[in-house]
Amino acid sequence: MRETYGVVLPGMNLADLTGKLIVIEGTDGVGRSTQIRLIKPWLEQQGRAVLETGMTRSSLAGKGIKQAKEGHTLGRITLCLFYSTDFADRLENEIVPALRAGFVVLTDRYTYSLMARAMVRGIDPAWIRSAYSFALKPDAVFYLRIGVDDLIPRVVFSRGFDYWESGMDLHPSEDMYESFRKYQTALLQQFDVLGEEYGFEVVDASADVRTVFERLRDGIARVLSGEPREPLFAVQRPKEDAEASAESNVVELPAAGKVVAAGE
Amino acid sequence: MKRYAEHRFPGKLFIVEGIDGSGKSTQLMLLHQWLQAEGYGTVFSEWNSSPLVKETTKRGKKKQMLTPATFSLIHATDFADRMEHNIIPLLKAGAVVLCDRYIYTAFGRDVVRGMDPKWVRELYSFAVKPTGAFYFRVPLDVAMKRILDGRTGVKFYEAGMDLALSEDEEESFKIFQGRILEEYEKMVPEFDLIVVDATLPIEEQQSQMRAIAKAKLAQAKRLRVAP
Repeated sequence: MRETYGVVLPGMNLADLTGKLIVIEGTDGVGRSTQIRLIKPWLEQQGRAVLETGMTRSSLAGKGIKQAKEGHTLGRITLCLFYSTDFADRLENEIVPALRAGFVVLTDRYTYSLMARAMVRGIDPAWIRSAYSFALKPDAVFYLRIGVDDLIPRVVFSRGFDYWESGMDLHPSEDMYESFRKYQTALLQQFDVLGEEYGFEVVDASADVRTVFERLRDGIARVLSGEPREPLFAVQRPKEDAEASAESNVVELPAAGKVVAAGE
Repeated sequence: MKRYAEHRFPGKLFIVEGIDGSGKSTQLMLLHQWLQAEGYGTVFSEWNSSPLVKETTKRGKKKQMLTPATFSLIHATDFADRMEHNIIPLLKAGAVVLCDRYIYTAFGRDVVRGMDPKWVRELYSFAVKPTGAFYFRVPLDVAMKRILDGRTGVKFYEAGMDLALSEDEEESFKIFQGRILEEYEKMVPEFDLIVVDATLPIEEQQSQMRAIAKAKLAQAKRLRVAP
């Protein structure tokens, strides 16, 4: 039977969720949606029904989050909880019914991205884990891993720096480039910590689109056929260590009142 | 991130709890009047008042699309917004902050809706511990009489209609409030709630409340606002 990471929501029957829950994780601009656009038709060609879902797409809270982010006025705890409302709505109304109907649920990010973002913003790791402990354990998490040096040109030459993706709400620097670099570095460190804890399967996302797709395709084919997974990308560390290093990855804020000179 | 604990802000936080019809709002209004007359800088903070999350909550309720989980989370979101943008800044500024309902309301109704008690408590652990939390204890039938006499009907979620306790709204409301009452009683020792007998005359309840508030404000002379 399927499991959650802790509590089971009222009315949620975990029996007979025969579909497969496959998560594509990775930071902003790493190419998750490009890959999902390739994976979905590939699965459908094989006769698999696919439900695609992703953050802030719930009918309940999706619109509210988008509006709130435009105003940049939500506090960090509030934003965390707004995202978890969105997630719970999609879990109950999309993911679980689709799994019960035998679909392959392909999700663009899962709770891990939300945890990583929260922890970079100084949210207590134990609190955020508990808040999301109602989440279903997926069948596989494919983590598109990239270094910040490979990430930057992709983002700059496609859509440019985004306020939230640069962690500008944390004011790590006056300069968007420096902010992006600092913020994404901290985020990637958090992903590595979570990857060890939750057993992500790592795909090198610095490779070209085709190569990444082939890796994902092979991995997903293996999950669907019920074969055992490849070895974890790193040795499991004791939980205390993982949490301790998660704490140290919080983005350092400049001292109050300190102005960062241009070009510094 | 601070966890539920005594705050060190200069302000003070008083909250009231109790089932619908316990008279808690009336008592808080009277306390507000008195605090202002005494010269304290007093601010009223209402449940469900955040404009940002309000729209989502309203839509979810209107379309009856909330489950116990999303009901719990959207209210926690709203509460967090108030905590971060309203209550904490006011306490830092040295105000006496008054709240009609607090985290204990969520603990009661969410647990009755089937949410895990520990999970809900952990979810709200970012909340500041009140200086004084007054619980207005009232027998169910007394509260029901007060409510149902003065109203034409109860709202869907307020009556716990989502729990399918009864087809009849009034009956459902009674069962739901009765279960919340049981949860409140468990919280009295757990959170040191100050119990006020809500069947006493209004003036008597109020004088008890003022005496307790006065004692807790004794160390906070500087909260008084110059006339």
